[in-house]
Amino acid sequence: MNKCNKKEALSALKDALPIAIGYIPIALAFGIISKTNQLSLLDCFLFSFMVFAGASQFIAVNLISSAVSGFQIIFTTAIMNSRHFLMSASLSTKIKSPRKKLLPLVAFGVTDETFSVLATKNKELSVIYSLVVNTTAYFSWVLGSVTGYLLGSFLPDAVQASMKIALYSMFIAILVPSMKKSKEVVILALLSGGIHTFLNFTNFIPQDNNLIISIILASLLGLIILPKEDEGEVKS
Amino acid sequence: MKSYFFIILGMAIVTFIPRLLPFVLMSKKEINPTLKRFLNYIPYTALGALIIPNVFNAIPNHQGAVFGGIITAIVLSWWKDNIILSVLASVGSTFLIIQYI
Repeated sequence: MNKCNKKEALSALKDALPIAIGYIPIALAFGIISKTNQLSLLDCFLFSFMVFAGASQFIAVNLISSAVSGFQIIFTTAIMNSRHFLMSASLSTKIKSPRKKLLPLVAFGVTDETFSVLATKNKELSVIYSLVVNTTAYFSWVLGSVTGYLLGSFLPDAVQASMKIALYSMFIAILVPSMKKSKEVVILALLSGGIHTFLNFTNFIPQDNNLIISIILASLLGLIILPKEDEGEVKS
Repeated sequence: MKSYFFIILGMAIVTFIPRLLPFVLMSKKEINPTLKRFLNYIPYTALGALIIPNVFNAIPNHQGAVFGGIITAIVLSWWKDNIILSVLASVGSTFLIIQYI
């Protein structure tokens, strides 16, 4: 690895640390509920190793234990995780890569959290940087799941509970500095959060879809109400 | 124990496809400026909807601690653009409130 790549990898590791901190308690919890729902250790591992999508894994284990059909579980997962299509689309314009072969690996690791870290970087992303961010998050998720299955909740309750705030504070810590620099970011984020709150409150549609609908609606509204300058380059 | 391999495999496939497809479809072409704007807005609308309103229910039965954690994260990240610092301090203050208040 040359010097420049090494520097990129190190800064990616540092940027991914908050994701790992946030993933660990959730992954532990996933390991624990896998065990209490009579899944094998191998299945628990394969869930995190092959799917790598937190919320839908929890829902799947719940559905499995209530004997819902496999087809329905997969269908629910497909709908829930379709939001990553938007995130990958947004990311694909930021990652300029001569090494196209590695892009599927980057794509595999796109989650709400890795996307938030990558997409708000104020520069073009290298494949190395993106891969290290995603892989760090991935390993903490897989290791945490297996550890939770084997050891149960070895963290004291109060620690485990307070760590549930970690991913939210990471989202906040990513968003606030951008909000400081750009009024457009303030409008977009509040609009989207407002729509999400409204949808949850009104119960129009099954809750699982509210997130993706809020993201699409708020971004479309942004096209209408925000000025066109710089081809929509949000300055932050 | 029953194996759920095929459910997991199916979930893996339907999760990977939407993650992969845009990279395959969009990496070459120049994109339409309106679409580009739309895509540039997504990180911020995604963050907004990921935070609000779910953060308020992050830790059931500990609304006060959650509130403390949120305020800590907002204040610190406003003051200093250091994500790890904000996250650790926010978890720390949430812990202290759960433990001692």
